[in-house]
Amino acid sequence: MATNDVGGAGGGLSLSQQRQRAAFWFIAPMLAALFCVAAWPLMRTIWFSLTNTALSDLYGGEWIGFDNYLSLRVLDSGRWIWRGTLVDPAWWNAVWNTVRFAFVSVFFETILGLIVALVLNAEFKGRGLVRAAILIPWAIPTIVSAKMWAWMLNDQFGILNDIMLRLGLIDQKIAWTASVDTAMYAVLTVDIWKTTPFMALLILAGLQMVPRDIYEAAKLDGINPVKVFFKITLPLIRPALAVAIIFRMLDALRIFDLVYVLTPNSAATKTMSVISRENMIDFDKFAYGAAQSTLLFAIIALFVSLYIWLGKVDLSGEGQK
Amino acid sequence: MNIMKGRAFRATATAAMLAVFGAPVMAEEIFYVSGAVGAAVENFKTLVKPWEDATGNTVTMVPMPASTTDQFGQYRLWLAAGATDIDLYQTDVIWAPQLADHFVDLTDVAKDLVPTHFPSIIESQTVNGKLVALPIFTDAPALYYRKDLLEKYGKTPPKTWAELAETAKIIQDGERAEGKADLWGFVWQGNAYEGLTCDALEWIKSYGGGQIVEPDGTISVNNENAVAALEMAKSWVGTISPDGVLAYQEEEARGVWQTGNAVFMRNWPYAYTLGNGDDSAVKGLFGVTTLPVGKEGDASAATLGGWNVAVSKYSTHQEAAISLALYLAGPEAQKQRAIAESNLPTIIALYDDPDIAAAQPIIPQWKDVFLNAVPRPSAPTLGKYNEVSAKFWSAVHQTLSGEGTAAENLELLEVELTDLKGSGW
Repeated sequence: MATNDVGGAGGGLSLSQQRQRAAFWFIAPMLAALFCVAAWPLMRTIWFSLTNTALSDLYGGEWIGFDNYLSLRVLDSGRWIWRGTLVDPAWWNAVWNTVRFAFVSVFFETILGLIVALVLNAEFKGRGLVRAAILIPWAIPTIVSAKMWAWMLNDQFGILNDIMLRLGLIDQKIAWTASVDTAMYAVLTVDIWKTTPFMALLILAGLQMVPRDIYEAAKLDGINPVKVFFKITLPLIRPALAVAIIFRMLDALRIFDLVYVLTPNSAATKTMSVISRENMIDFDKFAYGAAQSTLLFAIIALFVSLYIWLGKVDLSGEGQK
Repeated sequence: MNIMKGRAFRATATAAMLAVFGAPVMAEEIFYVSGAVGAAVENFKTLVKPWEDATGNTVTMVPMPASTTDQFGQYRLWLAAGATDIDLYQTDVIWAPQLADHFVDLTDVAKDLVPTHFPSIIESQTVNGKLVALPIFTDAPALYYRKDLLEKYGKTPPKTWAELAETAKIIQDGERAEGKADLWGFVWQGNAYEGLTCDALEWIKSYGGGQIVEPDGTISVNNENAVAALEMAKSWVGTISPDGVLAYQEEEARGVWQTGNAVFMRNWPYAYTLGNGDDSAVKGLFGVTTLPVGKEGDASAATLGGWNVAVSKYSTHQEAAISLALYLAGPEAQKQRAIAESNLPTIIALYDDPDIAAAQPIIPQWKDVFLNAVPRPSAPTLGKYNEVSAKFWSAVHQTLSGEGTAAENLELLEVELTDLKGSGW
């Protein structure tokens, strides 16, 4: 950079500066759009979380500082109690549910996605058709697939119970979404079913970047396939895998629609997004819900930074130069 | 000449059109939003046809999910945004205090209609002297029972909850032994939502355990009778009621019932017509009675339900919308609803109507039931009702699913409600 600039010192702009300026104007519309749809709502939510805004009067909120997060109140009896989201057990239950959901679902989706991608990467007849077909769960809108699964999981009329009863796997009908023990598994199953194709697709793209000749060399050397996978394939698709996992993690941490349709009010599956919506709309505690949304944002940011830092994921692409 | 002719023709045509429509008002399209339970959507077209014919306007119904909790969230969002898309909202009896600011005051326009309704229902829709919504039907749940099965086992409709459990068990065991593996004793609404608040309020009230928050604002829910009531309900789950009952709303319970797979069901009167429909496996085989009591001598408790129609303050067709609201709350529409959907009228005189009595014998019987119905604590808890209800149904749902005992959960609930109440509701 610095050496380039020397050449343009005589007046006017250097080529590199001209390029930067042009690039800025090309990027400007996108920056403006991002500011409107991402930065502004985010700042507004954070601002709401510091006020006592109610949904019925969005512009009438007053500044109350961090009371929605944590505040100390003295009761008439002289007892002191802590109030706010940070000491709300319902909130921490939701955080735990969400984190558990995110880790388990992303773990299984990655493993299954990898297997599917490896299969699809192999040469076989009708591969194009299978590749298209496997994307179907991902293509169905979540609300539709969640409702569909809700019927399949229904205890009396559901097809899953019927099949399992006939096969003798269970001896009585199980209420998948109703029972506290199975509700989370139900949500996880549907999510894994739905999102594995997405993982498979991203990993498949990574697999196709791996040069064929490396495999041929390994074959000539007589290295067994398991070793080839762990020593060649996995290291080479690691960047693609890392990006896929980040995407899924971001998505999983803000899971809403699936839970809202399958088990809307069950404390066993309520996630951060669900509880924040509930406070904002159902309970008319808009600012309190905004505080929870802000925490949700902070938690996701924390997770992603940790992951990038610990996994040394290279998002800027500098390492490839 | 030609131009003159054209003008004259156009004038005549306009005059003719005016004559047909009666007034120089453009026909308006009104949007009415309502939860879709039972036959409500199918019947709506027939219901509003006379009004459409009389005014030249058209009505489009926007169907919503059956769960009142889901409906409320959506309505609150629309109303907070001042949405002009919806002109009329069908509102639950408990919503008036929370949504009052967004609706048109109907006191003056309905002053002739109001005295024909039950005063208690009109009062429930009046907030600080403002008539927020007009009642279109009221609701009080019933115990549905299978006449044929009770007869077969020589039983009578149960008077107490204990009797219900016993009868249900005997019939369930007997029928299963004969190969009906899917038969259950009792189905009700156990999902964690507003409906569970209704069901649990009935158990607690009929056990003499109060009504969660009393009319004067005292939190009464943590008491021995309430604990006993919830423990009783817990004992049903997995024995006479399927485990899945904890995810049932009205329509799921009706699904099990109407396919002939339940001996008893707790549900609202709408299920009466549907159960007697041609596609029903229990057509003509069931009867209805009041909900059981805790012990002999207690009074039966039925939660007061009911639906109303409110005109949005943000509607751009207010005049037409008000006219439709008056029609829907009026005797003609209420009678049609009573006959076609077995919805209980809110107009006193309709309980003596011979047509209704002939078509739906349940309705005249039900007058006393709903007159003695227990209101949910929406009046004393004002804007906090939803949160009170959500905390209550969560505590009940946890008890039913075995997360802690009734005594533990109600004690916690009392603390939470006291916290929520703060210095006053």
